[in-house]
Amino acid sequence: MTADLALIWPELILTIGGLITLMLGTFLGDRQVGLYQLSALLTLAAAAAAVVALFGVEASVFSGTLAVDGFGGFAKLLIYAASFICILIAPRFFTGGMRAEYPVLILFAALGMGIMASSRDLMTLYVGLELNSLAAYVLASFMRTDERSTEAGLKYFVLGALASGMLLYGISLLYGFTGTTDFTGIAARMGGEMNVGLIFGIVFVLAGLGFKISAVPFHMWTPDVYEGAPTPVTTFFASAPKVAAMALMTRVVIDAMGPAVGAWQQIIIFLALASIILGAVGAIGQKNIKRLLAYSSINNVGFMLIGLAAGTQAGVEGVLTYLLVYVVTTIGAFLVVLQLRDADGNYIESIPALAGLSQRRPGLAAAMAVFLFSLAGIPPLFGFWPKYLVFEAAVNANLLPLAIAGIVASVIGAFYYIAIIKTMYFDDKSDTEIPACGGAIVEDAVITASALWLSIIGYLFIPMLAVVSASAAAVLF
Amino acid sequence: MSGFPILSLMLAIPAAAAIACLFAGDRLARLIALGATVVAFVLGCVMWAQFDIGGPQWQFTERADLFGRFSWALGIDGMALMLIMLSVFLMPLCILASWDAIKSRVGLYMAMFLVMETIMIGVFCAQDLLLFYIFFEAGLIPMYFIIGIWGGANRKYAAYKFFLYTLLGSVLMLIAMIAMIAEAGTTDIPTLLNYDFPVEMQTWLWLAFFASLAVKMPMWPVHTWLPDAHVQAPTAGSMILAGVLLKLGAYGFIRFMMPMFPDASAQLMWIVFGLSMVAVVYTSLVALVQSDMKKLIAYSSVAHMAIVTAGLFAFNQQGMEGALIIMLSHGVVSAALFFCVGVIYDRLHTREIDRYGGLAVNMPAYAIFFMLFTMASIGLPGTSGFVGEFLSLAGIYEASSWVAFVCTTGIILGAAYMLYLYRRVVFGELTKDDVKAMPDLNPREWAVLAPLAAVALWMGVYPESFLAPMRGDVTTVVARLAPAKPAGDAHLAAGKPQPAKAQGETAHGSSHAGGVQ
Repeated sequence: MTADLALIWPELILTIGGLITLMLGTFLGDRQVGLYQLSALLTLAAAAAAVVALFGVEASVFSGTLAVDGFGGFAKLLIYAASFICILIAPRFFTGGMRAEYPVLILFAALGMGIMASSRDLMTLYVGLELNSLAAYVLASFMRTDERSTEAGLKYFVLGALASGMLLYGISLLYGFTGTTDFTGIAARMGGEMNVGLIFGIVFVLAGLGFKISAVPFHMWTPDVYEGAPTPVTTFFASAPKVAAMALMTRVVIDAMGPAVGAWQQIIIFLALASIILGAVGAIGQKNIKRLLAYSSINNVGFMLIGLAAGTQAGVEGVLTYLLVYVVTTIGAFLVVLQLRDADGNYIESIPALAGLSQRRPGLAAAMAVFLFSLAGIPPLFGFWPKYLVFEAAVNANLLPLAIAGIVASVIGAFYYIAIIKTMYFDDKSDTEIPACGGAIVEDAVITASALWLSIIGYLFIPMLAVVSASAAAVLF
Repeated sequence: MSGFPILSLMLAIPAAAAIACLFAGDRLARLIALGATVVAFVLGCVMWAQFDIGGPQWQFTERADLFGRFSWALGIDGMALMLIMLSVFLMPLCILASWDAIKSRVGLYMAMFLVMETIMIGVFCAQDLLLFYIFFEAGLIPMYFIIGIWGGANRKYAAYKFFLYTLLGSVLMLIAMIAMIAEAGTTDIPTLLNYDFPVEMQTWLWLAFFASLAVKMPMWPVHTWLPDAHVQAPTAGSMILAGVLLKLGAYGFIRFMMPMFPDASAQLMWIVFGLSMVAVVYTSLVALVQSDMKKLIAYSSVAHMAIVTAGLFAFNQQGMEGALIIMLSHGVVSAALFFCVGVIYDRLHTREIDRYGGLAVNMPAYAIFFMLFTMASIGLPGTSGFVGEFLSLAGIYEASSWVAFVCTTGIILGAAYMLYLYRRVVFGELTKDDVKAMPDLNPREWAVLAPLAAVALWMGVYPESFLAPMRGDVTTVVARLAPAKPAGDAHLAAGKPQPAKAQGETAHGSSHAGGVQ
C-alpha cells in the first residue's frame, strides 16, 4: 500500500494542494485573489512535475484499479496544462467576482480527470468521472447572478446525471455478465462468446462516455453549456475534460473491450460520422461564437473517434496527437474570444459583431484565422497533421469508406470556419468598437505562442510527438 | 549540383518578405514585394543557367529529415524548372500590375502574393508526397484572401466557391495518397514514380487523383468555379490564377497520375479524351457569347487546358511536349490578356465589352500589345501558342484522329471568339466620350507588357530554349507509359515494297530508280 502511494504522487499533490487552497479561500476571504491562485498554480505545476518524474514507470496500483503508465501520463500533462491556463486567465474575466472556489474546483476537476485517464477498473472510472463532473456542474453556474450561467449549470447537471445513470447501468451490466469490474478481466471475458447482456453493457457504457466527449447523438448539452458558462470555464470544458474523457474512452475501448472489436467498432464509427456531420451542419447557422466553437468541438471529437475506430496503435497515437493539437487550438481560440470586448468592457460573442475585425485588431484576427484554418485541418497549418494521422490509421485498418466519408464531411466543416474568416476579413467594419485590451500579457503570450506553433513551426515537433505518442499508445497494446 | 540549397533559398526569400510586408507601410510593402520577387526571379535564372540538360533527372536536390514521417525533400527536373521559371517570372509583373490598383491593406495584399509565390515554388519542387500535398492545398488560403478582400462586387461568393470546390477535390487525393504511402511504404516521389501499384488499385487511385486535379485544371464539367473566381479576383489575382495555378492540375497529371498509374491512365484515357473534347467545343462556344471580358478569357482558359489534357494523354513525345509548351505559353499569354483587361478596367471600371470600342485610335500601343496576345492565344505561327498547339495536336492525331479533329475545331472557335473580342474592344468607331478620354499605356504598364510580349515571341520563334530542359523528362514519362500505351488509330503505314525485280526488266527498274531521285 505504501509502495502504491509513492506512485500516485500527482493525485496526492492535487488533493493536498486543493485542500490547502480551499482553506486559504475560507480563511482569507475572496480578496486574496493572487494568493490562492498562486497556490493552485503551484499545485498544478508540482503535479505535472510528479507526472514527468514518473514517466517510464509502468505499474498497476491499488489491486489493479489504477494504472500508472505513459498513456495516463500523457493525458494528465495535457489536462494539467489546460487547467493551469484556465486558472491563469480567470481573474481578468471575473474582475472582482473572482472567488476562491474557482481554482479549487478546477483543481478537484483536474484530480478527477487524472483518475479518469488512468483508471483500469470500472469503479475508479466512475469515481474519477463523477469527481470531475460535480466540479464541472458548479463551475458552469459559477456566475451566480447570471441567468445564462445558472441555466447552463442546471442543464449540464440534469443531462450529466442522466448520462451517469446510463453509464452506471452499463457498468452494472458489464459487471453482471463478466463477474468483474477489472478491465483485464472484462477483456478476457469479451474474448469469448458475446451475449446480449454484454452488448447492452457496451452500448450503455459507450453512450455514457459519449456524453462526456459530447459525441452526437449525446451532444445536445454542449452548445447551451458552452454558451452559458463564463468564457474561462468554457475554455476549460472545451479542453481538459475532452482530453480526460477521450483518454478514458480509448482505454475502455482498447483495454476492456479490445477483443470484442465487432461490437464496439460500429458504435464508434457511427458516433464518429454523426459527430463530424452534425457538428459541421449544426455550426453553419450559429450566430454566437461560443456556440459555434461548441459545434466545432463536436466536429473535432468525431475526427478523434475515427482514429479510435481504427483500433490500432497508430490510431491511438493519432488520437493522442489530435488531443494535443486540439487543446492548443481550442484554448487559443477561446482566448481570442476573451479579448473581444467593446468600448464599455462588455464581452462580444455575436459573430456579426466581428465584421472587419482584421482592420481593428489585425493581430488578433490573424491569430483567430490561424486557429480556425487549423481546426478545419487546412495545411500548412498544424491542424492538418492529426487529421492526417487519424485518416491514415483508418485507411490502414481497412476502414476506407469511413475515411472517405469523414474527409468529405470535413469539407462541410471547412465552410463555417471560412465563413468566420470571411466575417473578420472580407466584411466592412461593424459598428461595434473592439479596442485593444491592455494588460493582458499572459493572454497575448499564450495566443501568440499557440498561433505560431500551429502555423508551420509545429511540423518540426512531429518526430518528438511521434516518439511520445507512440510510447504512450504502446501501453494499451 | 549539391551544396548550395538554392531551392530552399527561393522558398525562404518570399516567405520572409511576406512577414516583413505585414508590418510595413503601403509604399514600403510594395517595394519589399517587388524586391523579393525580383530576387527570386534572378535566383530562378541562375538555376536555369546552372541546370544540366541531359544530366541527372533530379537536380538541385536537398533533403532534410525534419518531420519524422516525411521529409523536407526538394529537387527539380526540367518540367518543374520551367514551371518555377514561369511562376517567378510572372510574380514581379503581378506586383507591378497591382502597384496602383490596390489601395487598401497593401501590406496584407503583398504578403498574400509572396506567400502564394512560396507555395507555387514549393509545389513544383517538392519531392515528398506529403510535402507536395501540404503546398498544393496551402495555396487555397492566400487565394481565398486575395479574391475575398480585393475582389469585385460578388467576391465573397466567388471566394467560397473557389475554396470549397477545390478543397472537396483535394481531400479525396489525400486519401489516395495515404493508400499509396501504405502500399509503397515511402513518401519519396522519385521512388513512387517507379513503383508498380497493383492494377485494380491503380484505377481507384487514378480516380481519386483525377477528382482533385480535374477541379484544379479545371476540366469540364467541374470548371464552373473558374469564371466566378476570375471575374471577381483583382487583376493580379487573375494573372496568377490563370498563369500558374491552373498549371497545377496539368502538372499533377504528368508528374503523378501518368507515371504512377500507367495502366489506369491507359484504361481511363477515354474519360480524359471525352471530357477534353466536350470542353474544347463547349467552352469555346460559351466564350463566344460572353459580354464580360474576363469571363471570356476564363472560358478560353478552360478550352486551352482541355487541349493540354488531351495532349498529355496522347502518350507520346509530341503530345506531351506540346501540352507542356501550351502550359507555359498559356501561362504567359493569359496572364498578359488579363492584364490587358486590367489596364482598361483601371481606366473605365467596367469589364463590359460593349462599353468599349475604337481603342485603336486613342490607345495605339495598347492595341498593338493586345493584338499580339490575341494572336498568341489563337496560335498564330511565330507566337508561343502555335508551337504548343501544333505539337500537341500532332501528338493527339497519332493517338486518335477523331479527338484531334474535335480539338482542332477549338482552334478555329478560339480564333473566332478572340478576334470577335478584339474587334469589339479595339476596332470600330470611337464614339463614347469616356472611352475617348482614356490615355495610352503608362511606363508601368509598358514594363509589365513588354517582358510578357518578349517571352511570347521568344517561345514562338525559338521554342527549343524551353523544350530542351523538358525533353528528357517527357521521354522518361513516355517510356514509363510505353507498356500500357494503347494502339492509336493513326499509324505511319509502311509502304508495300515491290518484290525484287528480275535482272531482265531494266526498263521498269530504271523508271523506279528515276522515281526515287
